[in-house]
Amino acid sequence: MTASLRHSPGARVGASIAVATGLYGMSFGALAVASGLDVWQTCVLSLLLFSGGSQFAFIGVIAGGGSGIAAASAAALLGIRNTVYGMQLNALLHPTGWRRFASAHVTIDESLATSTGQTDPVEQKRGFWVAGLGIFVLWNLFTLVGALAGDALGDPKQWGLDGAAVAAFLALLWPRLRSREAGAIAVACALVTVVAVPFVPAGVPILVAAVVAAAIGWFGSGPRGEGLEPDVEPKREATS
Amino acid sequence: MSLWFWILVACVVAYLTKLLGYLVPRKVLANPRFARVAGTLTIGLLASLTVVNTVATGQGLVVDSRIGALVAAAVALWLRAPFLVVVIVGAAAAAGLRLLGLP
Repeated sequence: MTASLRHSPGARVGASIAVATGLYGMSFGALAVASGLDVWQTCVLSLLLFSGGSQFAFIGVIAGGGSGIAAASAAALLGIRNTVYGMQLNALLHPTGWRRFASAHVTIDESLATSTGQTDPVEQKRGFWVAGLGIFVLWNLFTLVGALAGDALGDPKQWGLDGAAVAAFLALLWPRLRSREAGAIAVACALVTVVAVPFVPAGVPILVAAVVAAAIGWFGSGPRGEGLEPDVEPKREATS
Repeated sequence: MSLWFWILVACVVAYLTKLLGYLVPRKVLANPRFARVAGTLTIGLLASLTVVNTVATGQGLVVDSRIGALVAAAVALWLRAPFLVVVIVGAAAAAGLRLLGLP
């Protein structure tokens, strides 16, 4: 089993993505405590919410002075793409029984990318589980490390942690800007946000932008699944 | 305590959102609008979160060292730097500009 796993492309890609992704749990942990969450709250988000974009969204709203309901709403809306991933993975791997519930929890950008990047059904399954479980373990471990280190650092601004948050969101957005329409949506939502900030309570401008983005998706005619490209390209990772 | 409440709400909603994908009948998948809305929402929210974290402080618009972090991160991404490097570059830019006396 171990020998066959070592020669499994799905497992190898999954493991390399797990290491690369798991490490940035550290930045989440540090940013979460800088936003005012305690170490327990930070770890619960990584354990139970387990979706990087939504976790960053939650603390991003709290850091800006937004309410808990605005933070939870932003996190929930950003997680909607996971429903689409779940449908794809269900069709691809058809897990049954308790595996279906476990699969749902580790359904994220990276496990989807690893799985759909493989051609052999056995490798699709291995890739999904190695990436999903590997990231879950490392992401939680490094969240704790980041939360404890961040707690010990003192003034988060002095270390540029607010700049780190800006960079993290831009890095999550960047790989999705492959088409002209995606860029136009990003610019439109950025402008709506800037205009809304002085007029509505903190956290709400993000929800206003969400309404605009959803309307563009609903009435627009761009390619189906615009912006659902995962953050990683498993085929490129596999050859490097 | 209320923050704990919203953390747990966010966690439950996130899990149900993921599970829903495994439970929906294939017919819903056939509606291309659903996939498109999920995609444009992701782009729009990430763009909005980037902007809010760059120029907003509560209900005010503020220009400070975070703009430098945004530019530095964009350059790093353009050079195909990995995620963790981009985040560190953003932090270093903001911290460096503050050392130079900027707000």
